[in-house]
Amino acid sequence: MKFGIVVFPGTWSEKDTHHAVNAVLGQDAEYIWHGDEALGQYDAIIIPGGFSYGDYLRSGAIARFSPVMEALQQFADKGGPVLGICNGFQVLCESGLLPGVLMRNDHLEFRCIWTDLKVENNSTMFTSNATAGQTLHIPMSHGEGNYQADESTIDRLEGNGQIVLRYADSSGNVTADINPNGSINNIAGIVNERGNVMGMMPHPEKASEKLIGGDDGNVIFSSMIESFAASLP
Amino acid sequence: MPVSQETLDEIALSRDEYEAIVDRLGREPEPLELGLFGALWSEHCGYKHTKALLRTLPSSSERLLVAPGAENAGVVDLGDGLSVCFKIESHNHPSAVEPFEGAATGVGGIIRDIFAMGARPIALLNSLRFGQPDNARTRYLLNGVIGGISSYGNCIGIPDVGGEIFFSDTYKGNPLVNAMCVGLIENGKMASASAKEPGDLLLLVGADTGRDGIHGASGLASRAFEEQAEMRSAVQVGNPFLEKVLIEACLEALDLPGVVGLQDCGAAGITSAAIEMAERSGMGLKLLIDEVPRREEGMTPYEVMLSESQERMLLAVTPGQEGSVFDLFKKWDLDATVIGNFELGDNVRIYDEGMEITSTPVITLTDAPEYKFTGVKPAWLTKLQNADLSANHIPSESPADLLLKMLASPNIASRFPIYRQYDYHVQTNTVVEPGGDAAVLRLKGSKRGIAVSTDCNGRICYLDPEIGTAIAVAEACRNLSVTGATPVALTDGLNFGNPETPDVQFQLTESIAGMSRAAEAFEIPIVSGNASLYNQSQGVDIFPTPIIGSLGLLEDVEKHTTVGFKSDGDVIVLLGTDSTWDDIDGLAGSEYLDFIHDKVEGQPKLDIDLEIRTQAACREAITGELIASAHDVSDGGIAVAIAESTVIGEIGASINSAPGDRWDAAMFGETQSRIIVSVKPENLTAVEAITAANNIPSIVIGSVGGETLSFGDSISLPLVDVDDAWKNGFSRATSD
Repeated sequence: MKFGIVVFPGTWSEKDTHHAVNAVLGQDAEYIWHGDEALGQYDAIIIPGGFSYGDYLRSGAIARFSPVMEALQQFADKGGPVLGICNGFQVLCESGLLPGVLMRNDHLEFRCIWTDLKVENNSTMFTSNATAGQTLHIPMSHGEGNYQADESTIDRLEGNGQIVLRYADSSGNVTADINPNGSINNIAGIVNERGNVMGMMPHPEKASEKLIGGDDGNVIFSSMIESFAASLP
Repeated sequence: MPVSQETLDEIALSRDEYEAIVDRLGREPEPLELGLFGALWSEHCGYKHTKALLRTLPSSSERLLVAPGAENAGVVDLGDGLSVCFKIESHNHPSAVEPFEGAATGVGGIIRDIFAMGARPIALLNSLRFGQPDNARTRYLLNGVIGGISSYGNCIGIPDVGGEIFFSDTYKGNPLVNAMCVGLIENGKMASASAKEPGDLLLLVGADTGRDGIHGASGLASRAFEEQAEMRSAVQVGNPFLEKVLIEACLEALDLPGVVGLQDCGAAGITSAAIEMAERSGMGLKLLIDEVPRREEGMTPYEVMLSESQERMLLAVTPGQEGSVFDLFKKWDLDATVIGNFELGDNVRIYDEGMEITSTPVITLTDAPEYKFTGVKPAWLTKLQNADLSANHIPSESPADLLLKMLASPNIASRFPIYRQYDYHVQTNTVVEPGGDAAVLRLKGSKRGIAVSTDCNGRICYLDPEIGTAIAVAEACRNLSVTGATPVALTDGLNFGNPETPDVQFQLTESIAGMSRAAEAFEIPIVSGNASLYNQSQGVDIFPTPIIGSLGLLEDVEKHTTVGFKSDGDVIVLLGTDSTWDDIDGLAGSEYLDFIHDKVEGQPKLDIDLEIRTQAACREAITGELIASAHDVSDGGIAVAIAESTVIGEIGASINSAPGDRWDAAMFGETQSRIIVSVKPENLTAVEAITAANNIPSIVIGSVGGETLSFGDSISLPLVDVDDAWKNGFSRATSD
């Protein structure tokens, strides 16, 4: 499988993501420069974390105008898998590929901590390797991860099973106490209606090996890899 | 016409220094030239008060690939084709004036120092000092500094893995903000801050030049600070995004043919960066000042030369090869401009609109005067050292309550509320996260890893600058050894008061002597350093604070140890002493005396040979995979260290004996060279064989397990209470 990893000026998780999918999981991976108007041949695209263009205006607000975003839109329209991590999630929301917005954390501080994510839907191409209700131990690192959307959007997301990951305790209990940023309904990750575009605030690439604290993040990448393999004729 | 005192004050040159300039030039300097001298002869650039002392520091090692002083930092070989460079830099005065931007640009500045060496920055640490956090001003400074570090470091994608934070009223009006950066160099691909041939072009890349930070080096960094409260305009504003793309572009540029040199623009801007490059290259330099891209109209050559606008770098490029450099920087949407060239000759010649406006011998500028010290030991210090520590009364609280109070104190409580604001995972190398004695990072593509730490107890350095600084070295190394890493190199951040006073001259002289002695005993070099002088608060010099940054090597990063106790039934062993409890002498300069009795007194002690053997034994036991946990005994003494290992390990402990009559000294004394380890019972004999072979004392003091922390039969605390005091103490101490 061949991953494309989008690099904006200010992206910093591209090498970590490359390391996880290539060095750890043995897949092909290439960087895609934000100025490219045409995409090469990729089986999945990852928009990694960082501070695209410094995010001085609003996270992801400038990146959405990058030339590469139009090609990415077409890739998604054709059903290609797209995973946005952290700043990538913010870019996907800004560009309308995913609904909702990521606001400043409710406590107004940047937060770098390990989180436990309850897998609410394990039938997506990003979570098919998880068991139902499994919790994934994956770190987050953001100042603007407070997911919000209007009530009807949230109802629709909840009703369609588009809420894939929620902040929980290590036993999978979703409580207000454990919510690290104020996200509505403890939302940590969602998919689009078609199920091929996912955004998540925590960083699966930062949990790719036991030596650095855990490898639960590989559940996300290996789900993508196996879903792709299963989709081949 | 003789220069006015007002002009000299503005650039912080003395009348004698001015006369020396006239003498060297054989004429009166031009106003622009005088500005160059002011910047380059500042303490920050010229090290005029510390040069002679710094020369005495050990700087050789088999592992050194580049000697300190030859470039911006020494380079240390780690094996497997990997090498590192690292350095600490202070941004104290800017942070006192404008904490957020002061701290942010401090981080930005040290990162540039490191990637200027061709190194990929892989870790940041911060060593911070503030007044007691019980007032609004200190909290403003604290929150601003933390916010600035968080904002800059997180945006730029370099993990912030450690450091220290310490509160004492000696730093109330003059906080210390020292940032350390570690860079990794692969396959010897290091950069030099020099040109190769006369004719090489000088390129300025990155940000445009504005009026920000003029006189930063000569003003904020080099004078009695309280004269400078209105110098906010001398603080620069950082742009971490620009620095992030600058890192990527510069590291890519080093692979281009014709890029022969790279230098960061820091204190004193183009003046210091370009002229130091010329000196290092042994060439003259022609600068076309009107070619420098500017942020504002109407800037004079003087302002352009002395601006400290951030996120700028200089490149030396072989003529004819600059085209590919322009293309690369264009890809990253960055400016790159030829602003001059190196040439045969001795002078730096500055041109404006085709006219030569100054021509000055490089050596007169870079060879700042050197001051020798005459400091003698002050009488007040002898009195403090000879204080009768047993005259301090035993507190009326119970030992258990006092332990909780100590655990919740601002200097001991968990720093998690701070470092959770920093990204410590990015780059996915963090094996041991902040919160332990040292952070451990793996090196991708190698079995090896590094440990990094900073340390300095200003109180102890105040009571004995020689021994105190030796202790800072010992403890910075001990922090590494308890993870299993062998110390390989040090960097220093000297933070002292006004060097024109005898007391500070004494402190500086003694401190450097102690650093030298300890580093030589450990057989490790000091590869880089920084000096920040004139740190004063309410007219009083700060405690001497020579912050030591340490770096250690793990041959196999999998074999590292952490602080927390691990398993029920493990035996707790204290290395470096044959007694569970400390005695009254251990209270010298301790956190307990300061926090509970409001006193800083006593004579600190260090047995450096015992220290080195104890660390060696600890490392040997860790590499032999005989140790479950290891923790340095430092601030708060043995009781606090054991409590930390229980809370972090989420498991209780029983210590066999009670602390006796003088229980305060026993529990909270800070005698050096002690390490607490926990060991599986079946490994105890092997560990004892190692301590015997290294000729160090050790004692079994208790065992791991349960949900309480107890000392003998009389003192027992529920782990939940210990946990609450230590984990929430910091937030409680820093909010209302």
